[in-house]
Parts: sequence; C-alpha cells; structure tokens
Amino acid sequence: MAQTTATPETLRTTSSGGRAKFLIGGLLIIGAIIYLVVSTMQSTAQYFYTVDEMIAKGASITGQNLRASGAVLGDSITYDPNTLTITFEIAHVSADQRDIDAQGGLALALHNAVANPDASRIKVVYVGPKPDLLKNEAQAIITGKLGEDGVFYADELLLKCPTRYEEAVPSQAAEGAGN
Amino acid sequence: MLANIGYFALVLALGAAVYAVVMGLLSAYRQNPIWLASARRAAFLTWPLITLAAVLLIILLVTDQYQVSYVSTATSRAMPLYLKITALWGGQEGSLVFWAWLMSTFTGSVMLRRWERDRGLMPYVIAVTNFTLGFFIALVLFIENPFARLWHDGAGQVFTAMWAPAGAVALTPADGRGLNPLLRHPGMIIHPPMLYLGFVGFVVPYAFAIAALITRRTDDEWIKTTRTWTLVAWLFLSLGLILGGRWAYDVLGWGGYWGWDPVENAAFMPWLTGTAFLHSVMIQEKRGMLKRWNMLLIILTYSLVIFGTFLTRSGVLSSVHAFAQSAIGPWFFTFIALTLIGSLILLAREWEHLKAENQLDGLLSRESAFLLNNLLFMGITASVFWGTVFPMISEVVTGQKISVGPPFYNQVAGPQFAALLLLMGVAPLVAWRKASARQLGRLMLVPFAVSLGVVAALAVVGVHNLLALVGFWIVTLVTGTTLLEFVRGTRARMRSSGENAAAALFNLIGRNRRRYGGYIIHLGVVLIGLGVIGSNMFQLETQGRLKLGEQLTVGRYVIVYNDLSAFQADDEREVHRAVVSVYRDGQYLTDLYPRRDLYAMQDGLQPMTIPGVRSSLEDDVYVLLIDWEPIGADGATFKVYVNPLVNFLWAGGLVFVFGMLVATWPSASEGRRATTLQVAASARAPVGD
Repeated sequence: MAQTTATPETLRTTSSGGRAKFLIGGLLIIGAIIYLVVSTMQSTAQYFYTVDEMIAKGASITGQNLRASGAVLGDSITYDPNTLTITFEIAHVSADQRDIDAQGGLALALHNAVANPDASRIKVVYVGPKPDLLKNEAQAIITGKLGEDGVFYADELLLKCPTRYEEAVPSQAAEGAGN
Repeated sequence: MLANIGYFALVLALGAAVYAVVMGLLSAYRQNPIWLASARRAAFLTWPLITLAAVLLIILLVTDQYQVSYVSTATSRAMPLYLKITALWGGQEGSLVFWAWLMSTFTGSVMLRRWERDRGLMPYVIAVTNFTLGFFIALVLFIENPFARLWHDGAGQVFTAMWAPAGAVALTPADGRGLNPLLRHPGMIIHPPMLYLGFVGFVVPYAFAIAALITRRTDDEWIKTTRTWTLVAWLFLSLGLILGGRWAYDVLGWGGYWGWDPVENAAFMPWLTGTAFLHSVMIQEKRGMLKRWNMLLIILTYSLVIFGTFLTRSGVLSSVHAFAQSAIGPWFFTFIALTLIGSLILLAREWEHLKAENQLDGLLSRESAFLLNNLLFMGITASVFWGTVFPMISEVVTGQKISVGPPFYNQVAGPQFAALLLLMGVAPLVAWRKASARQLGRLMLVPFAVSLGVVAALAVVGVHNLLALVGFWIVTLVTGTTLLEFVRGTRARMRSSGENAAAALFNLIGRNRRRYGGYIIHLGVVLIGLGVIGSNMFQLETQGRLKLGEQLTVGRYVIVYNDLSAFQADDEREVHRAVVSVYRDGQYLTDLYPRRDLYAMQDGLQPMTIPGVRSSLEDDVYVLLIDWEPIGADGATFKVYVNPLVNFLWAGGLVFVFGMLVATWPSASEGRRATTLQVAASARAPVGD
C-alpha cells in the first residue's frame, strides 16, 4: 500500500511516456517483493497448535512446520548428556488468553495443567544442550514437526517461567507482612 | 512521602502538558502571542516536574524502599548501585517514566530554539509534542504507576495502590525481587536509553510536519528546521540497535546478535522508514519533489515508533523484551489510531498543495535511484511488518495462529538488503535528472573490475557458496565506488585550491559534512554487511561433553577443557567458571573463561550463560559452558561457535556512528554555507555531464 503512493505522485507530472516506464518499473519491483513475501510465507510459516489440537488433527498435520506450547512435566524430563538428547512431556494449556486469565494467569494455568492427570499430553524430543529453564511447570514453546509416531520432534525449544516476570506482588511480601 | 511528592509532580506535569496543548491551540485560534508565550512556558515546565519524579524514583530505588511496589520488583539489596539506578528503566512502570522524561527533554529543548522564521508553526508544535507527552504521563499516572505502594489487610490480602485502602496497613518486604539477571549487564546502562532517545526524538520532525500541514505551509522549511533533530534521533536509534545486538551477543549466549524478535523488529521498522525519510528529503530539498511522500514517511515513522513502544510495553507479543501483560494495550491502540488517522486526514487536506515542482526525467537518474532506495526500504519495512503482525491477524481472522521465524525474515529481507546495498554503491555516481549509461559505466569500470577480481580470488581460495560470493562482490564493489567518491572529490579540490591531499580530503569532508558523512555511513554499512555475510553464512558450531583435558575441534580450532572453579561473587551470584585453551592449527592462542552465573532469585536459581570469546579480525571463537554438573566433577558440556568476520559488524557500527557525527556536527554559519555550496559544485564538476 505504502509503496504505491510514491510512484503516482511523481508520475503525474511526467510526460506520458516517462510515466509508463516509471509505473511499470515500480510495479515490477513491488510485484517481485510481494511474490517474495508470499512464497517465503508459504514455505516458512509455522502453524501454532495446542496439545489438544495436535492430538485431534493427528496424522493430517505430520510434516507441517508446527509450533506448539504446553506445560513441562518435570518428572518426565530425561537428558542424555552424551547424545544431548532431551525428552519430556508437555501437558495441554489453553491458547486463549481469557481462559488463562480466568485461571489466574499463566503461572497458575501451567500449574493446573501439570496437576491435572486428564490433560492431554504429548512427548517431545529435542537434541541440544539442556536449556536452563527446562523444569517442572515451565511453559515450553516448541518448533518442529510431528512424527508419525505421535512424538513431536523439536528443532527449537524456548522456555518461559512466567513467575520469573513481574507480578503485582512479590511472593516474599506475605512473609514480610509481620513487620 | 517521596512517593507522594513524585506522584504529585507527575500530576502537575500532566496538568502542564494539557495546559500547553489547550493554550497553544487557543493562541493560534485567537492570534494571541501572550497565550502562546504561556503555552511555551508550560511546555518548559513539564521537564523539571518529570525530572523531579524520575529523580525521586531513583532515590526510592537506591535507598531500598520496598514498600513501593515498583522498587520491590525491580531491585534487591544485593544489586550494585549502578544497577539500582538503571532499574529506573528495568521494568514497565519505571521505563515509562524514563520515556516521558526523555520526551520532555526533547519537547522542552525544542522550545529553546530561535523561532523567528517560523513562529506560525510554534502553537502546533507545542500542541503535538505535549499531546504525546501528556499521553505518556497519563499512562504512568493512571495505569502503570511506579509510585504505587504495597498494603495488606492483615488477612493475607495484599493490595497495590497509591494510597492505603480502607483498613489496610503498609507492607514493606524485607528485600526486593531483583532485576531480571539478563538485564544486569553494563549494556543495560546504555542500550535502552539510546533506543528510547531515538524513539522519542522523532516526535520533533513529526510535530513540525504536522504543524506545517495545519498551517498550510507547503515549502520545505519544516524539513530544514528539523534536519538536525531527525539526524540526532536517527543516530540514537541506530546506536540503540547496534548496542542491543552487542548486548545479545555478550549475554544471551546463543552466538548471535539479531533474532528477528518482534521487539527487535519494532525498533527496526521506524529505523527503516526513518532512513528512507533521510534519503528522500534530499530530493525534496534539491528538486522540490516527493513532498507528499516525505510527509507520509515521517507520519509513518512516528506511528511505527508508537507502535514499537506498544509492542514492547503491552505484552501483546512474547519475547525476551516484553514484560508482563499490561492494561495499556487498548490505550496505545487508540492513541496510534488517532495519530495515524488524524495525520492522514491533515495530509489529504493538503494533498493538492504538495505537488511536485519538477518532473522526473530519465529512468537512469539520481532521482530514480532515490525512488528505488525508498521503494526497497518500504519493501523491507512492509515485509518485516507483515511477519510481525501476521500471527495476530491470522488469529483474529481465521482463529489459526500462524507465525514466522528468522528463516522468513532472512529470505525476504536478505535479497532486498542486497539490492539496497548494491544501489548504495551505484547511486552516488549517477547524475541528477538524466544520467548516461556510458558515463556511469566509465565511472564504475575500475571498482567493477576490482570487485570481480576479488570474487574470482575468493572462488579460487575455496569459497564456493554462491550467495556469499554475490555478497562479497556487492561489498567490494560498493566499497570501491564509495572510496572513489572520496578520491575524486579530493582530486578536484587539489586541482582547484592547490591543497595537498590530506588537507584537500579534510576540507572536502568538512565543507560537505552531510554528503561525505553520509558516504562514511555507507562505508560503515558495507562493513556491517560484511560481518553479517560472514557470521551468517560461514558460522561453524559444535558441542560436546568434555572431561578435564579432553578437546573439541571446530574448523581450524581446537578447544581444550583445562579447569573448572566455583565461587561466590560479591553480589551473591554463584559463579562456575571453566578454563579452556584455544589452539589454532596446533598453535596455542589463549585461554578463555566461559561462565555460568547462578542468581538466587526468590523462585529459585536463575542461570545465565556468559561466553568466553576470543576476538580477532578474522573471526570470533565463542565458547559457552552450557551444562555443568557438580556430580562427576570432570564432565562439562561446551558449545563452541566460530563466527567469521563478525567483528567487521562491530567495527562497521563504529564507522557508522563516526559518519553520523560528521553529518550531524553543527555546521558553520549561513554565510559559510554559501561557499560550501560552491565548493560542492566545483567538487562535482568532473562528474558532471
């Protein structure tokens, strides 16, 4: 949108022959950029699913670039330092912010997901150094592909521990309340 | 007490800002110079008031007043003094105060300038700047109050409020929660202020542009007036981006410096449109063209600045930079919409008056080179914007969250940057109006031949990556043509004034600061490009678990694990430090000390991974100690990156800044400017057709 504005302005005042060549040149470049964006989008876009959705879609999404997030189950973490292979399970957490707010924030939503034995779970395999934040009730954001065996093979593993970020009240405040 | 005074100072500052807006507009409506003077004084007044609030907040931070909620979240007793001070911008509320303070510094100091020539613009400049400032102060006061305190009602219920809720008593935690360790880095002192300065600085050219639209002044006075302000804002924004990259490289421990994180993009987009603006105003000044486009660019840049702040501060997108979810989102959204729509309506009203004074002549001309430059900058901006907001759009429209990562940005922005880089080398050689291809070919002949020679040599030496060869070709060509500009200008001066080469070069730059400062910036960009090509396309990495004495090989380097020590640092962080020796081709080079720092936070230990880096012009050996297990003391996992040419990136950053200083340095008086123009004309003479 923004690009096209430049060209007409300058075109108006040029002779019609000059107009055409600038117009064509500009449109060609804009077209090339749009093509570049669209085609790259198709090949690199990652589809974001929750654990529930991945299980529901099953085989229909194997091979797609996926991005998923869930709550890390601390007991399920295994790490082989020789092959740098990490496996762990994540439990379903809603992707809807309102749901999460209703549960009292992301930290509590993650806690509930881990505590709930009925929450759907999926196994994740990742090869790489064990990240600092991989621990129970962390939010794992994984990027990769779903294998035919139903295991998520992650190329990228991001972790967030929401309690670490600011909250309205420091947890220690209650302890200091007696003062 | 201090908190109350600080809060009250902000209330007064908001009052002053609102007063300045209203009085400014009224003074224009009633043509009343006394009211205008009053509005101006009110605009000044915001600065001491916000300064007072910021200083009081710093005092609260430094003196560990943990009843203040912000202090208890952003600092802790163990933090050193400098970090307690910088905690002013370490969290949401404080950073908004800091932001408002910087903005009032800009808006206040623009009031200090001499207004004789464009007094008519002043009421609107006051109104626009203080409207923005007032918005930020209001956010601080009503939504993100840094002076709010903690209270409890005795039954375990804790409140955060400015004044005690009924029946509640003060709650003072024994210690604060402390700044996120990632932010406890000397880079934190300088990176955010630079970025913020760059952001808020754009309010000045924007305000003048809007004032020019309202007063229907369609000349380029607003551009000339704000030229230095724009350059300064751009200088700080560029510095902020470079320093942010350096901070990431030193602290985040992933061997890179730029991750296409939404917040990085948010700071990058106004830089892109701002850079396009800096280029296209030259056409307006020189040829009276692109007037509408320049208005649009500054409006866009400013809107992107606000949008960037919105992304960073609202928690809409998750990233390392984003803080907690916040209620300021809808407010920001409204503000951006108002700014953008209001500005565009004003622009539409003046559309016909902003006609170009000249026509485009040749397809091969300096003008069309500038157009292409703008088209590419906008193309990159649009691509980055699309990638950044697409996840949100697709979720709203289809309910399906789709996101894009670094591969998308690299593939989309990469070719456009390459084209831009190439253009940067060619454009300065192209004549205005109508250039002849033959003339251009003659000028380019030598650099072109040299660059082909270099690429051929690289291919022979063993570089077979086609993309990299294209990259190196562009880099060499652009370096050649840019240097050639200096050589030709110097030669022309030597002929016309009889100076020796050094004096001629010095005077050439000194008398044409903007032009040659710009070329120096171009050289800096070329170096940055070289660093990006090297570190992106030739990065080597390996990792492995080592026992003492064992080694890891990566490229020509061998890393030997020699020792490990654990100790407690002054600020109570636990440090595990490994000693590794680096060998290249069997030759011992140096020892490195990769570390893992464990910060005792209230919710457990938070580790940080600090690399050991051996830097040389050729490459960086970047060693991370990523997993240290105390049991089985002789086992530790290392990750090693070799980042070729990455130091060209940092060196390019320095050249870039130097070029900007040359370009922004206050130039001589008007009288001397006239002679400068003559010299510039004579320096260009041999180029001319």
